Amino acid sequence: MDALMTWLEAQLADNSIFTLQTLGYYGEGLVTTVQLVALSLIIGLVLAVPLAIGRGSKHRWVSLPIFIYCYVFRGTPLLVQLYLIYYGVVFVEGIQETWLWVILEKPFVPALIAFTLNTAAYTTEIFRGAIKSTNHGEIEAARAYGMSKGLMLRRIVLPSAFRRALPAYGNEVIFMLHASAIASVVTIMDLTGAARFVYARFYAPFDAFLFVAAIYLCLTFAILYLFRYLEKRLLAHLKPASG
Amino acid sequence: MKLKNLLSLGVIGATLIAGSASAEVRDIRIGVDVPYEPMEFRTPEGELTGFDIDLGNAMCAEIGIQCEWVVQGWDGIIPGLQARKYDAIMSSMTINEQRREQVLFSDPYITPPSAWFAPADVEIGTPSKDTLKGLTLGVQRGTLQDNYVTDMYGDVADVNRYATADDMVLDMDSGRLDAAFLDFPIGKSTLLESEAGNYKRVGKKITEPKEYFGDGFGIAFRQRDKELAAAFNEALATLKANGTYDEILAKYFGED
Repeated sequence: MDALMTWLEAQLADNSIFTLQTLGYYGEGLVTTVQLVALSLIIGLVLAVPLAIGRGSKHRWVSLPIFIYCYVFRGTPLLVQLYLIYYGVVFVEGIQETWLWVILEKPFVPALIAFTLNTAAYTTEIFRGAIKSTNHGEIEAARAYGMSKGLMLRRIVLPSAFRRALPAYGNEVIFMLHASAIASVVTIMDLTGAARFVYARFYAPFDAFLFVAAIYLCLTFAILYLFRYLEKRLLAHLKPASG
Repeated sequence: MKLKNLLSLGVIGATLIAGSASAEVRDIRIGVDVPYEPMEFRTPEGELTGFDIDLGNAMCAEIGIQCEWVVQGWDGIIPGLQARKYDAIMSSMTINEQRREQVLFSDPYITPPSAWFAPADVEIGTPSKDTLKGLTLGVQRGTLQDNYVTDMYGDVADVNRYATADDMVLDMDSGRLDAAFLDFPIGKSTLLESEAGNYKRVGKKITEPKEYFGDGFGIAFRQRDKELAAAFNEALATLKANGTYDEILAKYFGED
């Protein structure tokens, strides 16, 4: 560790941009970005499962509101949603007197709400497609066993749908990571915020943004690797048989 | 082609004559670009006025020369000086290294100030590490104000960086910010004079240290006119000492 630090310091001695201070900004930005993206993905996933089931419901009063929600959040830019939730909420009459304001005052929670609602809408559609394409034979077999609807959902439909949804969901995770770059418009110091700061400070757009692009690239590869591993484990039975 | 040659001959000729002229300071013409209220602008009657104009006239009177103002568009204002259309530029020109290579600057006669602003009911006192501790401070990203606040108070306060001054004002209105640090004239028009806002300036206007707030505005002369520049520097010092400068400042920027 000490050897690494001395090496790092030697590297940093030659340039005026990547000092320990600016690297500190990038470090904080990395933590903020990972927190924001991970939290929104987890909450979004938890919301998306029941929403995806409800979206396929025969009752219109269940499926229609979910359809509208997905339509709106997939049909508008995330940047606009973020602006509305951060700056727009101020114009709600009397909100500053309620307990809600304590949460909404800082930029992190409004950004988290925007990101979560956005990813939940996309994930809902991904899962709905996966549920819809469940093999009819499996459902008939489950019925033949006399399974109730809930049991069939839990044992047959959802597990196979999750597996089918995996590749598409992996893309959604990467999209979310990249989309999170807009968080700095509401003053959050995420990775992009740190890059903007360094850029404005030293008038060095290439250094600042190439460096942050490399960090995003590493994160993207880590996610890709994770999903590749999951697919290998969970979708092994779908692989073409080989000798 | 012919005309161009003639012109350059003329410039060379004029240069030669000027080179042999005596060191005595004579009546001059001053180039200025309008409008840039309150620095230089026209009154509804069409008369040229503003901080630069008043201060320039006061300096000329102090030196004891006649000064005539020549209106010139900004992009041609330094070439115009070198082509002898006028002998000085006094038009809110920020002193910087690039321009220093082209022209000779007087001492800065004004440095645009920055200032702290806060909601009227917030008690901050004199801005310092102690009084700003734990507060949420707003700045416009990438401005000199951002650099100043980040370096001075970044370790004790939250610094929120906004893409535009409008976003910052919106968050100020909503109560998300305890204080904002911005160009005084911008803060004055967006916060102090806003309809909804109930704001006040906190502490003094800030123009120091130089490494953040720059060198301010200077009068530009041709490189060789050292006596002229010296005469103006002397006049500026006198006007600052006898209070005339503060009078003119108060006339255009209000009481400090």
